[in-house]
Amino acid sequence: MWGKLSWDAIPFDQPIPLVASGVVGGVIMGVLAFVTLKGWMPYLWREWITSVDHKRIGVMYVLLAMVMLLRGFIDAIMMRSQQALAFQSPGYLPPEHYDQIFSAHGTLMIFFVAMPFVIGLMNFVVPLQLGVRDVAFPTLNSVGFWLTATGALLVNVSLVVGEFARTGWLPYPPLSELIYSPGVGVDYYLWSIEISGVGTLVAAINLVTTVLKLHAPGMTYTRMPMFCWTTLATSLLIVAAFPILTATLAMLVLDRYLGFHFFTNDGGGNQMMFVNLIWAFGHPEVYILVLPAFGIFSEVVSTFSGKPLFGYRSMVAATMAICILSYTVWLHHFFTMGAGADVNAIFGIASMIIAVPTGVKVFNWLFTMYGGRVVYSTPILWSIGFMVTFVIGGMTGVLLAVPPADFVLHESLFQVAHFHNVIIGGVIFGVFAGYTYWFPKAFGFRLHEGLGKAAFWCWITGFYVAFMPLYVVGLMGMTRRMQHYDVAAWHPWLLIAAGGAAIILIGIGLQIAQLAVSIRRREQLRDETGDPWNGRSLEWATPSPPPAFNFAVPPNVQAAEAYWGMKQHVLKQARLDEEPAYADIEMPRNSPTGFVCAFFASFMGFALIWHIWWMVGLAALGAYATFVVFAWRDTDEYSIPAETVARIDRANRSARNAAIASHEAAP
Amino acid sequence: MTALDAAAGRNDPDRLIHEQVSSHRQHTLGHAERGLASKRVVTAFGFWIFLVSDIIMFSAFFATYAVLVGNTAGGPSGRELFNLPNVALETAFLLVSSFTCGVASIGARAHSGSWFYGAMAATFILGAGFLSIELREFASMVARGAGPTRSAFLSAFFTLVGCHGLHITAGLLWLLTMMAQVFAKGYRPDILRRMLCFSLFWHALDIIWVAIFTVVYLMGVAQ
Repeated sequence: MWGKLSWDAIPFDQPIPLVASGVVGGVIMGVLAFVTLKGWMPYLWREWITSVDHKRIGVMYVLLAMVMLLRGFIDAIMMRSQQALAFQSPGYLPPEHYDQIFSAHGTLMIFFVAMPFVIGLMNFVVPLQLGVRDVAFPTLNSVGFWLTATGALLVNVSLVVGEFARTGWLPYPPLSELIYSPGVGVDYYLWSIEISGVGTLVAAINLVTTVLKLHAPGMTYTRMPMFCWTTLATSLLIVAAFPILTATLAMLVLDRYLGFHFFTNDGGGNQMMFVNLIWAFGHPEVYILVLPAFGIFSEVVSTFSGKPLFGYRSMVAATMAICILSYTVWLHHFFTMGAGADVNAIFGIASMIIAVPTGVKVFNWLFTMYGGRVVYSTPILWSIGFMVTFVIGGMTGVLLAVPPADFVLHESLFQVAHFHNVIIGGVIFGVFAGYTYWFPKAFGFRLHEGLGKAAFWCWITGFYVAFMPLYVVGLMGMTRRMQHYDVAAWHPWLLIAAGGAAIILIGIGLQIAQLAVSIRRREQLRDETGDPWNGRSLEWATPSPPPAFNFAVPPNVQAAEAYWGMKQHVLKQARLDEEPAYADIEMPRNSPTGFVCAFFASFMGFALIWHIWWMVGLAALGAYATFVVFAWRDTDEYSIPAETVARIDRANRSARNAAIASHEAAP
Repeated sequence: MTALDAAAGRNDPDRLIHEQVSSHRQHTLGHAERGLASKRVVTAFGFWIFLVSDIIMFSAFFATYAVLVGNTAGGPSGRELFNLPNVALETAFLLVSSFTCGVASIGARAHSGSWFYGAMAATFILGAGFLSIELREFASMVARGAGPTRSAFLSAFFTLVGCHGLHITAGLLWLLTMMAQVFAKGYRPDILRRMLCFSLFWHALDIIWVAIFTVVYLMGVAQ
């Protein structure tokens, strides 16, 4: 009846996961009870859970990413403290638990923190920047988000019911085959990534179609803001890379569930094929994460320097060059496979070539700042911190791209330090810059500057204190994923690294405080006009937060940096243009399809993990029925009357008129 | 607005402020709509992007098959297993079904019930025929001890060809749903857009089958 599931699956004998899951469960129950008692459930259901508004979905993606960041960071703290303690001692985490923690840490941070964070920001910002009312497929967008949430849910369920994988963030066979990993840990990994991967693919198809097919009039490709270009590049990479991941993990599923021989030791299986395939996905994946961050930095640096982006066309070319080159370097993740000197040399050179367009980008940002009046607010601090940190990470990357050096450093903590250097310094700093930059657009008030700056300084200091020692111990020969060790020379460095993690913890605490304080003081931090940073692209032409329809009248784009041109024109004539003729606006109706579909997907994933076949069938039937019901709808749009549009737009116009008047009054 | 002050007074080296900007509010909604592609174009474009991703997934299975084709682990090879006349029949079924699917699209566009339902039914019968021949081939191979667990080559074969078969199965389910939708809702623009996507899907499966026919069966027998 219940497949492999029994009471043994719940780890009553292990206090750490049990207490942790008890606390998490308690918090979730508490929040749910609070929301229900306050009577907010109908509001949440109507306005958020069933919403197909790209802005709401974007916010929910970012929220998911931030919650998962906390979970992933707790794993990080546990690993750093274990390694700080485990010199000639077993530490406090038994090996099988430690292995689950580093696997969960990597899986969560890549798939459920970095991915939803960048997709959330793209979802929120790109339609606004293009001057359109929503993405190409709004309901599908909701499906994509909820499937991602399903994946995150399954990873977290593994904390209480059963176990998580002990195979790292990419489950290399033969270790991940049934014979060496007979438990459900690898299955939790496989199904949560398969399900959330479908969600990610759907989101990317949506964004590619949006960027290429939906524009405000006059918004030609070369007038699009840089963030739209990087979104296009990232979404194209997802469309081309995630199917490889789906196929590869499906093969591992077949090996584990039906006794196939793709990657097994016997029957002619080939383990290196898994490694090749997974990195044919995995290398583009790192650019999927970092390209949107590059886009954010481009927007932030240009806005806060008060100048157009330097070398816009070279930036576009560099972005698209990275998009293509990222498919030509996957083998540098396993030079030690033994493909031979020729193959390794080709992939080594290809990897170094990627540093060229990336270098172009760094110089473009520097030249954008050069001669500008840089306003040192929180987003640009993250951007400057990124430029310094990412260049260091890039250089250690070029070092690892040299095959002979890689043979020495492969799977050492040097490598761990390198990819944290580029992912924290690139992606995480980038999404924090974007979070601070677009927060007033999403919620109508700015984040507290002082606490934001303090959080930045803790993060960047903590990062260097935590990861520079890992470069050192890596060069001293320490391999990654060690549960304990006996080398006295490593110990002080690992103690310093643990201290660095603690400094980052303070940074995260400050960020939580920043959010709380900003909500409390939202009236002082209010953004009245919708343009708090003197922005240059169309999202700042809308009120903060933007109405459901984004633009009362589609903006007419005359040049690059559309909003900047409009603003200068308006300032020159010292008043807004005549009020436009408002018309009724058709918007897509909300739909529970995404949530219901994910509800069934969660049960299906859980049932597949535990071999509960009747539940698999039932859930599949439910998901199909959901789609049929959705396909049977007769009206998919509702109309916003012209009077409502006029009322909302007039309120914003009067705020902007007041701003123009005060600008006139200023000397 | 201090930064704004700083920038507003400068000249404009990047020529961002065009003189025509003054008319930017005066365009009517009708003009503005021209910036957006029609729903039919957007839907079809998005579905093409999905098909690209699906074909990339197949390419991963093709690559795997190409790597593992020699790893028979002492078991039978493709030369011993494949029955070309059978495969030729399958191919004929699928290619003809693509033709009938095209006829169904035209019937839907012409709002002709007899052509639409007739051609869709023919497509279903041909697709189901293809599937039954494939399943019989699979069953006979398993019965001869040449199932997917026998060797890496057979794992790759069953996965690649079976993945295509699963797509055909999903396509048949979609086909029936499509017919029911047209029956219940008529030839509405949104239903016709879905029909467009369905026919794109069905033709794409044909293209993949041509690749399977060549890479798996013809090259397998020629070895």
